[in-house]
Amino acid sequence: MEKFTTHTGIGVPLRRSNVDTDQIIPAVYLKRVTRTGFEDALFAAWRGDPTFILNQDDYKQGSVLVAGPDFGTGSSREHAVWALKDYGFKVVIASRFADIFRGNSGKQGLLAAEVEQSDVELLWKALEAEPGKHLTVSLEDRTVTCGDITVSFHVDDYVRWRLMEGLDDIGLTLAHEGDITEFEKTRAAWRPKTLPAKTEPKQKVEAARPAQ
Amino acid sequence: MGTTLAEKLWESHLVRKGTDGAPDLLYIDLHMVHEVTSPQAFDGLRLAGRQVRRPELTIATEDHNTPTLDIDKPIADLTSRTQIDTLRNNAKEFGVRIHSLGDADQGVVHVVGPQLGLTMPGMTVVCGDSHTSTHGAFGALAFGIGTSEVEHVLATQTLPLAPFKTMAINVDGQLPPGTTAKDVILAVIAKIGTGGGQGYVLEYRGDAIRALSMEARMTVCNMSIEAGARAGLIAPDETTFEYVKGRPHAPEGQDWDDAVAYWKTLVTDADATFDTEVHLNAAELEPFVTWGTNPGQGLPLSASVPDPESFADADEREAAANALKYMGLTPGTPFREVAVDTVFLGSCTNGRIEDLRAAAEIIQGRQKAPNTRMLVVPGSARVRLQAEAEGLDKVFIEFGAEWRNAGCSMCLGMNPDQLAPQERSASTSNRNFEGRQGKGGRTHLVSPLVAAATAVRGTLSSPADLPDAPALLA
Repeated sequence: MEKFTTHTGIGVPLRRSNVDTDQIIPAVYLKRVTRTGFEDALFAAWRGDPTFILNQDDYKQGSVLVAGPDFGTGSSREHAVWALKDYGFKVVIASRFADIFRGNSGKQGLLAAEVEQSDVELLWKALEAEPGKHLTVSLEDRTVTCGDITVSFHVDDYVRWRLMEGLDDIGLTLAHEGDITEFEKTRAAWRPKTLPAKTEPKQKVEAARPAQ
Repeated sequence: MGTTLAEKLWESHLVRKGTDGAPDLLYIDLHMVHEVTSPQAFDGLRLAGRQVRRPELTIATEDHNTPTLDIDKPIADLTSRTQIDTLRNNAKEFGVRIHSLGDADQGVVHVVGPQLGLTMPGMTVVCGDSHTSTHGAFGALAFGIGTSEVEHVLATQTLPLAPFKTMAINVDGQLPPGTTAKDVILAVIAKIGTGGGQGYVLEYRGDAIRALSMEARMTVCNMSIEAGARAGLIAPDETTFEYVKGRPHAPEGQDWDDAVAYWKTLVTDADATFDTEVHLNAAELEPFVTWGTNPGQGLPLSASVPDPESFADADEREAAANALKYMGLTPGTPFREVAVDTVFLGSCTNGRIEDLRAAAEIIQGRQKAPNTRMLVVPGSARVRLQAEAEGLDKVFIEFGAEWRNAGCSMCLGMNPDQLAPQERSASTSNRNFEGRQGKGGRTHLVSPLVAAATAVRGTLSSPADLPDAPALLA
């Protein structure tokens, strides 16, 4: 994972609350088996609308999304994070994030920066007054600067450290593999195993046919 | 001071306590895998030269992409077929058990786990699917994860997690006839909001919860994520033990006795405190319906489409106005007059045998409204076989509904079962987001009883609106 310390880029004010992951990337795009190439799928339904913010020339190159509260609710699809990253976003700013989205962002190096809603309003106004304006996000200082406005943001200490160091979780966990092995020795016998597989007797499942 | 059930589950799975702000490392007892959120995770393993650490704690099935018709023919959509083939190949390569389309144990992952007896009290259960909260109904800590975490669990059988906060949802009293688990959870979400549960594990408590069957408890826990919560759970009791006993993977003999003795300790201590408590009076609940484009935008079915101007909060006002525009609804219209094109009965929320029985009882001997279609999609192939053994398929077919094979179907627009633009559904699924059931589709979330009554009348309805309301409502 790339290290993240500070980022400067065009801010995109997205004045919507409850932007769920079905809006960020509709399910039809989830059929791909790759981890990249989702830029066209980002906000797919809304991008059909010429007035949508990312269809406006000043915001097309945006890399810092400033959204309403409860961003990333709903489905656990990490594709939402991939789509934002593939489009070019490095940071999402909102006053509240859904837990799974926040977790997925941290794993993928997309910074989910939590600011007060009143500060989101300040940033929205500044970005709308001057479309295409740049924001600077400092993970070191936990601040967002937009012209003469500077607001602070919250991010979990551990996630911040990982992002700044560019560290991969699996590697960090496997450093404690001995602890995992020790724990496994203490697991009770009743805890289920999927193998060998047990089922009710096998039965034939008839294929349903289209209605007449 | 005592501890809550969620905290007990956490403590009992602690591999390593985090220090210096690092998260705790938790052991995962069961990892369920499906075709959509796993291909990139298996790819990650391959790239790093890693194996699946515990294939015997892992199980895969196919559900999101699978068609519900002609399942004996090759999947027509090539990208869907590729995704399914990718899962099958990954399962084979990494030694993971899989139940594929056509197998009697294929189905929606959250229906399959409990049915096989793989979900039990006291476990940690994860899946790359937000509705993994379903399994919390057994008194398990169960939550959805992203693909990076899927890879992490495959490689290490653990997850680094920051502790959750705890919230008690107390549902006291007795539910009125015709009011179901689905109405309870929709009312909870309307009360605390789609973000109200963020950072929390919810524990559902109270007489009304105790009185629910296991399948109804799964419906409640299933939609915890729609309240923003990471997980929802219910302390296990005799209802739980009875449901698990005798299932294919249930413990036997001494293991069963040991398990039950342990499971009986899985309760929140009397002197434990929750970070937050919420109270609902079950007796005041009634059949519920969503009117907007997030699951928190719901009201009793007896109400009317709300006026956005009635919301005090500016953001809610704007969200309501956007939602009504998308939904094509006019403020003041009684919900009972809203005409519905499609009724969908199924999903991990309401695709179990009890759901099908409840709906069948409502429609038995009646005829479907002429301009409404009804899709009945069992949550798993076993549910379908069970329903057929009970003759429910005939009840649905004679009514005029379509009887399908198992899968996620119309819950999400990923397979051939989708709404057309502007098509309106009454759906027993869990999400009414814009485009969730197909681009431009309009979703009203309802219980199986409301779905059935709606299919009879052609407008949003509860069974009490039907002539000769069935005995269960008397």
